[in-house]
Amino acid sequence: MNLLALEPQLRRFNWPRDGEIEFDLSDILSIDTAGAWLLFRTAAQLRARGRNVHITGASAEARTLLDLIGAVGLPADVPQAAHMDTLEGIGRATVGRINESLGVLAFVGEAAATAAPLMLRPLRFRWRQVFDELAHAGHRALPIVGLLAFLLGVVIAYQGGAQLRLYGASIFIADLVGVSMVRELAPLITAIIVAGRTGSAYAAQIGTMKVTEEVDALRAIGIAPMELLVLPKLLALVIALPLLTVFADIMGILGGMLMSAAMMGVGFYAFIDRLGYAVTLHSYLLGVGKAPVFAAVIAMVGCYQGFQVTGSAESVGRRTTMSVVQAILLVIIIDAVFSVVFSWFGL
Amino acid sequence: MDNNTKNTGQVDTLVQMRGLRFAYGSRVIIDGMDIDIPRGKVTTIMGPSGTGKTTLLRLIGGQWRPQAGSVHVDGQNVHTVNRRELYRLRKRMGMLFQSGALFTHLSVFENVAFPLREHTRLPEQVIHHLVLMKLQAVGLRGARDLMPTELSGGMARRVALARAIALDPMMIMYDEPFTGQDPITVGVIMQLIRLLNDSLGITSIIVSHDVQEVSAISDKIYMISQGKVVGHGTPHDLGRSPSDWVRQFMNGLPDGPVPFQYPAPGYLDDLFGIA
Ligand SMILES: Nc1ncnc2c1ncn2[C@@H]1O[C@H](COP(=O)(O)OP(=O)(O)O)[C@@H](O)[C@H]1O
Ligand SMILES: [Mg+2]
Repeated sequence: MNLLALEPQLRRFNWPRDGEIEFDLSDILSIDTAGAWLLFRTAAQLRARGRNVHITGASAEARTLLDLIGAVGLPADVPQAAHMDTLEGIGRATVGRINESLGVLAFVGEAAATAAPLMLRPLRFRWRQVFDELAHAGHRALPIVGLLAFLLGVVIAYQGGAQLRLYGASIFIADLVGVSMVRELAPLITAIIVAGRTGSAYAAQIGTMKVTEEVDALRAIGIAPMELLVLPKLLALVIALPLLTVFADIMGILGGMLMSAAMMGVGFYAFIDRLGYAVTLHSYLLGVGKAPVFAAVIAMVGCYQGFQVTGSAESVGRRTTMSVVQAILLVIIIDAVFSVVFSWFGL
Repeated sequence: MDNNTKNTGQVDTLVQMRGLRFAYGSRVIIDGMDIDIPRGKVTTIMGPSGTGKTTLLRLIGGQWRPQAGSVHVDGQNVHTVNRRELYRLRKRMGMLFQSGALFTHLSVFENVAFPLREHTRLPEQVIHHLVLMKLQAVGLRGARDLMPTELSGGMARRVALARAIALDPMMIMYDEPFTGQDPITVGVIMQLIRLLNDSLGITSIIVSHDVQEVSAISDKIYMISQGKVVGHGTPHDLGRSPSDWVRQFMNGLPDGPVPFQYPAPGYLDDLFGIA
């Protein structure tokens, strides 16, 4: 008979109305934890109703088991998991955000403080690391950035072309593709890809090094982790992202050009000719000029989240995700701010 | 006691902590500790897991800043010196991390060479010799080309030790060097600690909860519990300490002033919901 069958029987059992209750275990050959638990619970319930309960005839093993189960007399003053109401939740979230923002500012400040003395002695900078990072963040990102920018160009030409053709203004497809790619879409799509590809890699790398105490080991050896882990990445990305953006410009326009030729009969020559008028040097520079800012944001967010990792591998995953989400969010916000500011200055 | 007096008295003190207090947020971990680490000796800071032993080492290394009190290392206050001085000081304080903390992307050789490459301008030939000497000292010269992932836990710790002594520091802090090692490795590490201490005159600070090993190797032991020093002295003294707590710990008794049970609601409530 197992616990499942025994338990309801015992629950329905008609206990004598009064007098002491005695459990005689002398015929019990062996008892396991479940049995002991059942016995213990029954006794406890009866005692709670004010009955006197005795357990007798228990073998030495049964005794030990019952003692183990019944190791009572523990301190009862336990911290309860506090219940949070809405207001408290909002308050805590706010304070959390503020602390996080202050943390980011402190991090950026520390990076600047580490970078400043190095500016004066550029030869002491870790150029090797910078080149390694450049290869990772820049060179290896070329295929994916190129492909996505190309497809984006195709899509814009396709969607825009259908509208323009209605008005017989097909040639303006060059304006549409050129300006939107160069000013907005190429810098943005490149930054987003790099945030997902490189920013997350920074967070994961530094986060893992935190878990394995490698970051602490660096400090113990007398090297500022900022100098070894952050500055080379920052510099590499600030160099790589504008270059990637230029590449995305080219690929995007190429995509638009092919689409225009195929769909709308705008020849390559006419397209490029028109492009020369449509895309001015300054809109090109405005587009590429945003890239270093995006790069700095992506690198700092990735590294910051990496340093926020504590304890476990699970934390690495969470911080990596956060680095991508935050970096993309910030890039889009900053892009919007740029648009507003540029329009104020009539650029 | 004057915080600024250094190296007074008959014992030469390398690390002096006074009134040290540290909290993570509102959680007080270290609550007023006075500790003196004598120069050239093996000193152990002993206490149960989670009492803040690693935290204490981080305070000595200047990675955390105490809310109150001071840490002087070789006469310098770790938390008031400027950055450059702090980093210079850290080069003289080797640290052996609990996990070894080898740089996973570098080979054994490069791990040991790392501090030398960073902090010296020695020619490659000299670095090569120095690294092999350090690896020889820990018995792993033959493992120089392995990657950290190819090492056993004990080997990783020994490589980390070779890296920690690469710059010939004045002291080494060992964070639980024996934990999770097989008996032979424990013996090897104990011997290494003693050897480095005696032959190179390196001051050793061990953080541990392995009573037997620590008693065998230490010149002086500090016992800490709940943020306070609860006893200190030679292993011999502590073995006969009148304190219940120290006795419980030294003899490894499961219950005593430190309860076996983590604070919990009444057992009956938990099991059956009976008030
Ligand atoms: N970075 C941290 N933030 C918050 N709490 C921490 C942090 N590091 C350790 N703690 C807590 O402080 C206590 C002491 O930790 P630690 O010094 O690692 O103990 P020990 O090394 O003695 O096992 C632990 O309870 C741990 O949970
Ligand atoms: Mg620890």
